[in-house]
Amino acid sequence: MDFTFTPEQDALREQAREFLAASPEPAWSELAELGWTGVSVAESAGGAGLTFVEEAILFEELGRVLYHGPYFSTVACALPALPDDLRTEVAAGDASWTLALGPLVPDLDTAGRVAVVGGDGIYELEGAEREILTTTDETRPLGVVRGGEPGRRLADSTVLAEIETRMLAALAIEACGVARHALELAIEHAATREQFGKKIGVYQAVSHPLADSYTKLELGRSLALWASWCVAEDDRQSSIAAAAAKTYAGAGAVAVCETAIQVLGGIGFTWEHVLQRLYKRALWIESFGASGTRLRAEVAAALLEGGQVSSVAHEVVQQTRPDPTLAPLEGG
Amino acid sequence: MDLRDTPEEAAFRADLRAWIEEHLPDELRGHRGGALRFDGPEMRAWSRALYDAGYAGLTWPKEYGGGGASYTHQAIFLEEMARAEAPPHIGVIGLGMAGPTIIAHGTEEQKARYLAPILSSEEIWCQGFSEPGAGSDLAGVRTSARLEDGHLVVDGQKLWSSFAHLADWCILLTRSDPESTRHAGLTYLIVDMHAPGVEVRPLRQITGESEFNEIFFTGVHVPVENLLGEVGGGWQVAMTTLLHERGTLGFALQAALEVQVRKLIALARDRGADQLQRDRIAREWIEMQALRFTNYRALSQLVKTGLPGPEGSISKLVWSEANQRVTKLALELLGPDAALAEDNAPYAGYWQYQQLRSRGNTIEAGTSEVLRNIVAERVLGLPKSR
Repeated sequence: MDFTFTPEQDALREQAREFLAASPEPAWSELAELGWTGVSVAESAGGAGLTFVEEAILFEELGRVLYHGPYFSTVACALPALPDDLRTEVAAGDASWTLALGPLVPDLDTAGRVAVVGGDGIYELEGAEREILTTTDETRPLGVVRGGEPGRRLADSTVLAEIETRMLAALAIEACGVARHALELAIEHAATREQFGKKIGVYQAVSHPLADSYTKLELGRSLALWASWCVAEDDRQSSIAAAAAKTYAGAGAVAVCETAIQVLGGIGFTWEHVLQRLYKRALWIESFGASGTRLRAEVAAALLEGGQVSSVAHEVVQQTRPDPTLAPLEGG
Repeated sequence: MDLRDTPEEAAFRADLRAWIEEHLPDELRGHRGGALRFDGPEMRAWSRALYDAGYAGLTWPKEYGGGGASYTHQAIFLEEMARAEAPPHIGVIGLGMAGPTIIAHGTEEQKARYLAPILSSEEIWCQGFSEPGAGSDLAGVRTSARLEDGHLVVDGQKLWSSFAHLADWCILLTRSDPESTRHAGLTYLIVDMHAPGVEVRPLRQITGESEFNEIFFTGVHVPVENLLGEVGGGWQVAMTTLLHERGTLGFALQAALEVQVRKLIALARDRGADQLQRDRIAREWIEMQALRFTNYRALSQLVKTGLPGPEGSISKLVWSEANQRVTKLALELLGPDAALAEDNAPYAGYWQYQQLRSRGNTIEAGTSEVLRNIVAERVLGLPKSR
């Protein structure tokens, strides 16, 4: 068991942190040059042949800077539905995608092409009209597509389960990047701002909520990384892991931002401060895809009515480490 | 990153699981009445069996009779013990706290004398740190040790000491310099619990049982060779003990929480749960998994670098509050039956006991207030509150 990043993965994060600090609004072609659009695309298709764990690192760093662009919709949502030749285009930076899973389509303002679910397949949607809807998070508008014709058949709809899992895992880890940024701002403020002759971080009414924010963030991040690893390995627990991660890390990021706003006082409530934008991204993440209530209902069903997760619990070798809570039950 | 067992870890786990199945007597399996088992011939025999199989002191160095195993093996051991609901080795204080402190600070004579009987469970240890006036603020210790004719004379009172009523030895933090205050002037001793002047009084708890004790020391003579570290150097030695207490504690707690959540799920399957209760069960399972993987992250960091990651410092805090919520939720699932006690209650009063016991979780081994201070100051780098 090893739950640490490799030196290469650490280097990728450093590269991302540095690059995004210098250019927080990168063009799609810049991301492609860095190799980020083809991270999990096979080498034979022009990608890096890496995994969702590397993509998770990028989602986290992109969340931190409130990236505005079609990375989420392309890499988390559309990629599993794309045939190899279209993946090659994505890896090269020649195409970006979004996938209309529901009426509100993510990244529709920036994504180049649109895929839709129809019947038993996923198709490219051609000639549709796009209407962009403003959202409270100005950096992540949603959109609605109207009309258009189904074009090329991209994939069988059986890939949707994998897509939903990737999407939830990506949102979970992105939420951690958002929360980390908010927490850092709050800590910096609490460590320097003085009132009543003391740094306000001295007061436990301030420091303890920050300790709780850190706790929520790290717990959520552990779930998000677990889910990311499960996605990368196509582990049988990936769907429950992603559901758990999305509900916990999403709600956690919202709570961390709320604490940060409170700790910063008046300044945290202003339009000019970045906190309000982090907060709105956290709220966006929490609401998109599936609500916490729905995801927890899925988790509860898996736990209480058995199903997929219980069956894997007993296998010792070459599965996720056995989870005693999922072992057969024998009364109280 | 690979969350699977390595082939070697998987083999260790499989062997251990088979060994527990074969050797754990049915009467020790689970905690049906709720209360912990502390002693009795079965507990002693079980501890001895763990020792004979090489599972006692897994992470102790081989030269001192331990397994020389990695922390990963220790984590697997705790997971599998919890999965089987096996009681721990009776010498938990010796194995987890006294032994590692003696290994770090003891003389060769002390190591030769004390370590082997800890592993074999022939000698039981307890801890004498907390006092009526020194709880969270351990540097307020007042139990005195005066040097007199080649020995130390100990007077004072300790409390919240688990296993003291069974213990043969105590790791005792004393104030040897009456003029000193705070962290200076403290001395760490190994005290014979059978010596004249040592009196143990059980403390009856909220649960009705006596799991902890008060220890009174009245003119107790302790030979100078029982000093652990230097006279006046007790604080550093005590920090080693607490580091070990918190070092592996996370995994034991996590494993215990897994059992608790598993039982909660069993309870809900057994007696039903409405939609709101199902939501709360899901929340508890999710947070338990979050704690599990947070512990894995801390463990991996520890194995790789020798230092635990900062994530580890939240383990106990999260566990204690989770255990309080889980046990409370179980009572809610029991409905009106929650008011019944012991044998009148479903599952022989398991949940009633566990819920009451859980109130101590946010107090023992570092209160939640102290732990939040630690996170705020040492992990987040906020200014010190005192």
